[in-house]
Amino acid sequence: MRFAIIVFPGSNCELDCQWVLHKVLGQEAELVWHKEKDLKGYDCLVLPGGFAHGDYLRTGAVARFSPVMQAVRQHARGGGLVLGICNGFQILCEAGLLSGVLLRNTSLNFICRDVYMRVETPETPFTATCTARQVLRVPINHNEGRYYADAETLARLKDNSQVVFRYVNSAGEISDEANPNGSLDHIAGVCNEQRNVLGLMPHPERAAETVLGSASGRILFESIISSGQALSSTSR
Amino acid sequence: MIRAKVYVTLKRGVLDPQGETVRGALETLGFAGVQDVRIGKFMVITFNAVSREDAAKRVEEMCKKLLANPVIEDYRFELEEG
Repeated sequence: MRFAIIVFPGSNCELDCQWVLHKVLGQEAELVWHKEKDLKGYDCLVLPGGFAHGDYLRTGAVARFSPVMQAVRQHARGGGLVLGICNGFQILCEAGLLSGVLLRNTSLNFICRDVYMRVETPETPFTATCTARQVLRVPINHNEGRYYADAETLARLKDNSQVVFRYVNSAGEISDEANPNGSLDHIAGVCNEQRNVLGLMPHPERAAETVLGSASGRILFESIISSGQALSSTSR
Repeated sequence: MIRAKVYVTLKRGVLDPQGETVRGALETLGFAGVQDVRIGKFMVITFNAVSREDAAKRVEEMCKKLLANPVIEDYRFELEEG
């Protein structure tokens, strides 16, 4: 599979994503500067973590207008896969490719630690090889991770099973103590209605090798790859 | 020359932990009866416009497209000439 990792001024997780996709999983993974306007030929776009455009005004607010975003939109509209991690999630929300918004953590602290997230639905290309309610240990690293959407949007997300990940404890149970940032309904990640765009605050790319303390985030990338292979074999 | 003063505030119902922290601090300082503190953004934008209506239209558009996120924020603005 061919991955494009979009690099904005201020992105800082692009090399981690490239490492996992290329070195660990043997895929083609290129870094693409945010001024690029053509993303043809890529199967999956990754918007990595960081502080795109300094996160000035609001997280993702300025990145949304980067030249590359038109092509990202087009890719998503055509059914191509888009994965936004952390700041990438914030950008996708600002761009309207995902519903909701990420607000300042309730604690007002920047939080950098491992959390547990539960796979709420394996019915996305990003979680296809997960089992339902599988618990993954993955780090978070953010100041604005509190997911918020209005009541109507939340109801719609739930009805369509668009809530893909929720924060839980190590036993897989939902509790306020296990919700690190005050996210609405413990939401850690959501997808769009077509299920080809996913955003999540935790960093699966930082938990993709046992040497890093956890390899449980790798399953997201493996899911993408197996979904991509299934897709290309049916289209042939 | 037009100067627009833009106020962006969090919508009612959106938790503002920063405002809540400041409210607590005010209470600690002895300011009794502070019910609520909401923290927002204040921007001053200076630009050329052919008329006041034109200026209002453009600031409205700026707010909608970039300065505020309608999911969580409200905005209002004042225009000054000169």
